[in-house]
Formats: sequence, structure tokens, C-alpha cells
Amino acid sequence: MARFPGVDYLLIDSLLSEQEKMVRQTARQFVDEQVVPIIKDHFREGTFPKHLIPEMGRMGFFGANLTGYGCAEMSNVEYGLLMQEIERGDSGLRSFVSVQGALVMYPLLTYGSEEQKSKWLPKLQSGEAIGCFGLTEPMFGSNPAGMLTRAVKDGDSWILNGEKTWITNGSVADVAIVWARTEDGIRGFVVEAGTPGFSTSVLHGKLSMRASVTSSLAFTDCRVPGSAMLPGAKGLKAPLSCLSQARFGIGWGVIGAAMDCYETARQYTVTRKQFDDKPIAAHQLVQLKLADMITEITKAQLLAIHCGRLKDEGKLDPAHISMLKRNNVAIALDVARASRDLLGGNGIMEEYPLMRHLCNLETVKTYEGTDHIHALVIGERVTGVPAYK
Amino acid sequence: MKIIVAIKQVPTRDSQLNVADGGKWIEEDDLTFEINEPDAYALEEALQLKERDGEGEVIALCLGPSRATQTIREALAKGADRAIHIEEEQLEGLDTLGIAKLLAAAVKAENPDLILTGLQSDDFGYGQTGVVMAELLGIPHATIIMQVEKQGNAIKVKRELEDGWFQNMTIPLPALLTIQSGINKLRYATLMGIKKAKTKEIKTVTASDLGVPQGASATLDKVYMPQRTKQAVIFQGGDDPAKAAAQLVEKLKFEVRVI
Repeated sequence: MARFPGVDYLLIDSLLSEQEKMVRQTARQFVDEQVVPIIKDHFREGTFPKHLIPEMGRMGFFGANLTGYGCAEMSNVEYGLLMQEIERGDSGLRSFVSVQGALVMYPLLTYGSEEQKSKWLPKLQSGEAIGCFGLTEPMFGSNPAGMLTRAVKDGDSWILNGEKTWITNGSVADVAIVWARTEDGIRGFVVEAGTPGFSTSVLHGKLSMRASVTSSLAFTDCRVPGSAMLPGAKGLKAPLSCLSQARFGIGWGVIGAAMDCYETARQYTVTRKQFDDKPIAAHQLVQLKLADMITEITKAQLLAIHCGRLKDEGKLDPAHISMLKRNNVAIALDVARASRDLLGGNGIMEEYPLMRHLCNLETVKTYEGTDHIHALVIGERVTGVPAYK
Repeated sequence: MKIIVAIKQVPTRDSQLNVADGGKWIEEDDLTFEINEPDAYALEEALQLKERDGEGEVIALCLGPSRATQTIREALAKGADRAIHIEEEQLEGLDTLGIAKLLAAAVKAENPDLILTGLQSDDFGYGQTGVVMAELLGIPHATIIMQVEKQGNAIKVKRELEDGWFQNMTIPLPALLTIQSGINKLRYATLMGIKKAKTKEIKTVTASDLGVPQGASATLDKVYMPQRTKQAVIFQGGDDPAKAAAQLVEKLKFEVRVI
């Protein structure tokens, strides 16, 4: 069993507490033993490793930074380190954990009724139930305010009509958090799988995130009880607050993918020999790539830790998270590409994780707020002028 | 059942080891440490015994420098109820007897039903600590244990012998067992367990607290890297190649043991 040695150029571990390192260690060990040996097969076959769900639940991975209902009550840095290790395994697996915790459990906990919380949170925490989050629609991605899905009051019930797409876990979910336009603005609904009028279909043909289930959700006169509405979620800021939670996790997670790529390339270049029987790491152009990679990873680590500490102090706002998500995904993608180059032909083979991470990160760049949208959030923050339209 | 598990912190497997200046021990500054592997199985066995019983207490006992706290916390995170840390900065200055005396003194104060430990440590590799501890405590022991089952006031164990042979035996409690690696499936520390570990008691004691006089009857004289030596032997059969061949076969059979 190969054990990941970690990537720490700048003694960044000195910024972590003993407990934070223990959280990383247990997640690292789980990923080394349970994820790394099997993930390439799932990526190739286009299947989610669902057998890992109960153990991840038992270990407290779902909703790890939330409080109550059996959640692990981790700090945001501990949660970030967990995301980092899981995404070192695979972005698809991290997406599963992100959706379950940040996009399903978080809104239930923050905006749900006591009945909704006690019904779903313990099961979601243990992994007994799977959740999904329906915001994006075929015609409205970066601009969710234009959503077409409607919920109309009918007596004590709500009738949902519309379509959601790019929904991680959609077809395997027991419960969906669905956002719809009402007379009263945008509201969230807790819709159980199997509700008449609610159907899902798997999106086939992905060349990225192949170890993750992505689906469309369709609502055709789908009747849900009045108690299905999230009482505390009013307006678009509610789903956006969930996305902030998930994006924070992404900003950490992609460091894991980058670390795996960098470490794979580093080890390869010191053993692979070319020209006069010298390791390719002895060539200046190779060292330049490695130097650039480790520098960017180190900056990303510092950005993530600082954001994590700010979040623990309640000082992290969405424009900060935009910088974290945008920068770290971009550098992770650069690191994955440079690593693939360094392995030459081997870089495209499934024995090495590079092409898989590279393909996955192409998705991460555009989901949960594209690189461009996050640039506009930062742009608005520094100019005071919104430039989305 | 009250179970004490004696655990040791050792350098992480696959560490790059260098001999320290003075040649008495290894350089520790750049190393990372973890629980000794057979001790991890001993801890798991203790936790499973407690879970099967539905009651009891598991106490982690560790002799080591202050850095060993990390390994103790991990044991608590996995489910040990509390811990005793005999803080001793220079383990390499102790011999097996010295180590066993300290551990035995700490055990005695707790009066447990069962003591488990790994069959040997990954660093010193003496394989004697558990056995000597049992002798000092005057309780029965069994080594290289593959299976443990509680039966009333006794414990039924399966020992690993050589060549695929096993020995089944029942021994009265209290007793000490040294556990073989791989006998169970190690659990991961859960995030909840890690958080809870912070609230569990770690009692720190010193050799003088335990009333054990310092001093070793055996001392570690020198630590060195294994030296590779190449040796060539030419079999002089003279006019008789069959004699040379016979010598070669004998060497391969009994010395190199490849045929």
C-alpha cells in the first residue's frame, strides 16, 4: 500500500494543530487504502464507488463541519483538510461528499424545519440516505436568477414544474433540495425520490468526473406537501449561501488533486532517465516546471488555511471564497497539465492519476461558479460595479 | 473486563533512517512517527473485546517521550477510554528489563484483567517486553496470538507456531498476550472520535512517580547500517567436477537455502 507522503514545502504543517493533523491523517489513510487502489476502475467504467458510502458516513465525512444530528463538528480548516484528502483520491468522490454536506445537509440545518432536520439529517450524516441539490437548469447556469422551475400553491400542497440539470447524485439521491420560483420569490423544497411527477435521468457521455453520478431532474405536476418547503430559505441568497459552503470545500479539495499530480511527477522525474543516463529531474526545464508547481501549490495552501481561519471566525464572505475557488482550481489545472507533460506518454495512461485529475479539474473549473463568474465577483468587490450583464 | 494495551510510538514505516552523531541511535529530527504496527492490532483486539462484552474499559499505556502524545491521542480517537503516558525522553538508554519494569509498575496500579501488546516493536524488535512484563507481574502470558475469546474468568487463545501450526490454549485471568499483526481489521479513527479524544484523560507519570529506579543492565553500544559484503567462493573440484558440483549443491541447499 503506497502511502502519500504529503506536500509541504514551506513548513505549512506548523500552522496546523495536532487535531487538524489527525483529521488529515485519518482521511489520508482512508484514501490511500480504500480509494486510490480502486478509483481508476470506477473512472474507466463510469461508476460511483458506492460501497465507500457507509464507511465515509461512519468516519464522519458527511456534513463534517456542521453541528448536531451526529455531525462531527469539525472546524473549517479540518473540513478543508478532509476535502483535500478526498479530492486527492478523486474530484468525483469529493463532489459526492461536498453535495451531501454543503448542498443538502447545510440547507436542511440552516433553513429547514425541525421535522425536516430530524427526518433527514441523521440519515444523511450516516450515509444511509443520499441527497442532491437542484438549482442549475438547462437554460440557466451562471444566471440562476432566471430559473424557470415554478412552484404553485394548491391548497396545502405545492405543485412543481420544471427541469434541473448537471445535478451531482441526482439519480441515486433519496432526497432532493429543489429551488423553484414562487409568487413569493425563490424558495427551496425538500422532495423525496419516488414522489409522483418527479423523475431523474443520468447524463451519459461525460469525459470528466466519470466516477460521479450526474443527472437531470424533471418535475411534471409534482405535488409535495406544504411541509416540504424550507421555511427559512427566502430568495436566491439561500441557495447561494449553500454554494459558498461547497465552493469553500472545492478551494481546499483541488489542492489535493494538485498535490497528487505534483508528487507523481516529482517522483517520476527523479527516477526516469534520459540523455546520458541522467534523471530527467536533472534538466533545467523540468526543474522549472516543478518549481512553478510547488510554488503555486504552496500559495494555494496558504490561501486555503487563511480562508479557513477566517471562516472559523465568521469573517469569510462570498467574495473571499470566489478568490479561493478561482485561484486554487486554476493552479490545480495548471499543475495537472504540467505533470502530465513531465510524464510524456505515460501521463495519459490510467496507471497514473494525472489524466484523470486533469479531466476532472476541467469540470471543477466551471461548476459551482465558473472561473469567469468568480472573476466578476472579485471585480465587483474591488470596483463596486457589477459587470455580470 | 479492564484491558490495558501497551503501545509504542516508532518511526513511520518506509522512513529514511540515518545514524545519529555518536552512533548510539538514529536521527529523529526529520522523522514522522506512528503506532507500532503489532500494537495497533493489540489495541483493535482490545476494543473489539470490549465491544463484544458490551462493557469494560480499554486503557492505552505508552512509555515514550513527549512526542508520543500524538500516538496516544490516536489510540484515544480510535476508542480507548483513557491513557497513561510514562514520559521518558531517552528510550534508547533503557533495556528490555528497564522498559518492562516501568510498564509493569504502571499496570500494577490499575489491576487490569487483561494486558495486550504487540508481539514486538518495529524499531528495537526485541520481542521480549510483553513477556518480561508478565513475569514481573507474576501472571501467565502467551505470545504471537492470532485469536482471543473470553470464557468466563479465563481467556481462550490461538497461538501461531512455526510451519503453519497453531496452538489453542485457555489461560486464567489476569493474563498478558502479545498480539500478532493482521489478526483483525484495523478501524479508522473517526472525526467524532478525534474530537472526543481531546476530552479523555491522559495521565502523565515519570519513572520516579512509579518508584522504579533508573539504570539498565544492558546498554546499546552501537547502531549502524547493515553492511553489504560480497563474498566469492570458488569450488576447487580439481579433476573431479562431480565433487565441485556436490559442494555447490550443499551450499545452495543448507547455506543459501534456495533449493
